[in-house]
Amino acid sequence: MRGGSLWQLGQSITRRLAQSDKKAVSRRYFASDADLKKTALYDFHVAHGGKMVPFAGWSMPIQYKDSIMDSTVNCRVNGSLFDVAHMCGLSLKGKDCVPFLETLVVADVAGLAPGTGSLTVFTNEKGGAIDDSVITKVTDEHIYLVVNAGCRDKDLAHIEEHMKAFKSKGGDVSWHIHDERSLLALQGPLAAPVLQHLTKEDLSKLYFGQFQILDINGSTCFLTRTGYTGEDGFEISVPSEHAVDLAKAILEKSEGKVRLTGLGARDSLRLEAGLCLYGNDMEQHISPVEAGLTWAIGKRRRAEGGFLGADVILKQLQDGPTIRRVGFFSSGPPARSHSEVHDESGNKIGEITSGGFSPNLKKNIAMGYVKSGQHKNGTKVKILVRGKPYEGNITKMPFVATKYYKPS
Amino acid sequence: MAARFLLASRVASYLRISVAQRGFSSVVLKDLKYADSHEWVKIEGKKATFGITDHAQDHLGDVVYVELPDMGHSVSQGESFGAVESVKATSDIFSPISGKVVEVNEELTESPGLVNSSPYDKGWLIKVEVSDAGEAQKLMDSEKYSKFCEEEDAKH
Repeated sequence: MRGGSLWQLGQSITRRLAQSDKKAVSRRYFASDADLKKTALYDFHVAHGGKMVPFAGWSMPIQYKDSIMDSTVNCRVNGSLFDVAHMCGLSLKGKDCVPFLETLVVADVAGLAPGTGSLTVFTNEKGGAIDDSVITKVTDEHIYLVVNAGCRDKDLAHIEEHMKAFKSKGGDVSWHIHDERSLLALQGPLAAPVLQHLTKEDLSKLYFGQFQILDINGSTCFLTRTGYTGEDGFEISVPSEHAVDLAKAILEKSEGKVRLTGLGARDSLRLEAGLCLYGNDMEQHISPVEAGLTWAIGKRRRAEGGFLGADVILKQLQDGPTIRRVGFFSSGPPARSHSEVHDESGNKIGEITSGGFSPNLKKNIAMGYVKSGQHKNGTKVKILVRGKPYEGNITKMPFVATKYYKPS
Repeated sequence: MAARFLLASRVASYLRISVAQRGFSSVVLKDLKYADSHEWVKIEGKKATFGITDHAQDHLGDVVYVELPDMGHSVSQGESFGAVESVKATSDIFSPISGKVVEVNEELTESPGLVNSSPYDKGWLIKVEVSDAGEAQKLMDSEKYSKFCEEEDAKH
């Protein structure tokens, strides 16, 4: 079959979404279907009409019976349940786990109150991003974090290497990879009311970014009020043998309003929320400052440094980055990753890293990088799609307002 | 009324069985010719109408933009003449036979979703003046195309 023909679309969706991880992991990534890993919910997905595709070495549902468009809209109107068990949950333990993690990430981990967390970035020596991750300080001696599926091998090797060196100098830190657990994401306006039916704990006291270990539907879960959609919601780490029961209970309690949602809609939702997809919008050579994640660099860390690539990053903070991540609205066909961005005189000023049609806004949205100075809101640009320039303008993100549950 | 209900339920149960057994439920029309890249062509004398099949639109999902050539543009069999964009992906559209574009479906500019809702009728793409009617012999008839789709589905 010829490249790009209609038929390959099912595959091309996968490729597009999976592109992110391709560079990060070995060729093994393109293993045949038989080699793909299955989550505890695999049979459940198939029984619910999930279209399974290879993603970062896993067989994952790209969508179910409803279209990506309907599924994306339903998340913001009602709610979505995602199987994200392909992502890697990890605990760092020991009395030095906080100073250890601080050598690898830009967050002020020491400054986090127990039971709270943050988005952070693992950096390399050049100040580029190895991965982004949501970290939680469970206690002063226990950090729980989740890293991207496609970055798992790379991240674990990176952490392990530095952990060995840290321990050889007498540091007390060890890890546990939570392969015995599955991760579900419950997102949208019905997330909290539905989950409240399944636990005795008062979820109205758990705010965005907070973490709790609690009983949900009869099993001990790690619950983080976070997500990747811009909606209020939770990520629930559940013992794998109870994952299917929990998924069933959530769908039942919502009376069918919360729907199983695949990776396709998940990508649309995160794009609408202006969130980075590692491998598309953030890479080894992109710093957190360039990616617009300066807010995630703790104040103390900006003063003290002490993480990999701190010299580069602190200098960028002082002088300003040379490129910046921005959002775009555009006319014509949706801009996809690698589309060139030109100024009005036709000079190349940047490139799109993610883009598509927004199911909720019903127009084209995209994010990408442009040269500093040309990044201001409202700047008119031309975006090249199949060689033709289309009108676009730089806009603030998120495209769809976020609804995180924060104390008023 | 009762008879109609009975018929509907019989059709539904028939369809359910048919889907389960054959795994292929897209609509394929008899009087059209099909390319292996999932475009259809309806040839009427020297004129031909192109579109994408029901099977193709089903796999694409919601179409949000259709890029078509201008009037007078020449298209060649097997060559890309435009693109269909869905929420998540871009796909090229290939010309089932060669010719010169004489009409473009302007309605798709405002309503690209017609490609999904009416792939063989309102969702047509372009009309061409055929330059070599003999090329149609390289295309599949409806029976062959249905089989082709079933085989492709089985691979996935």
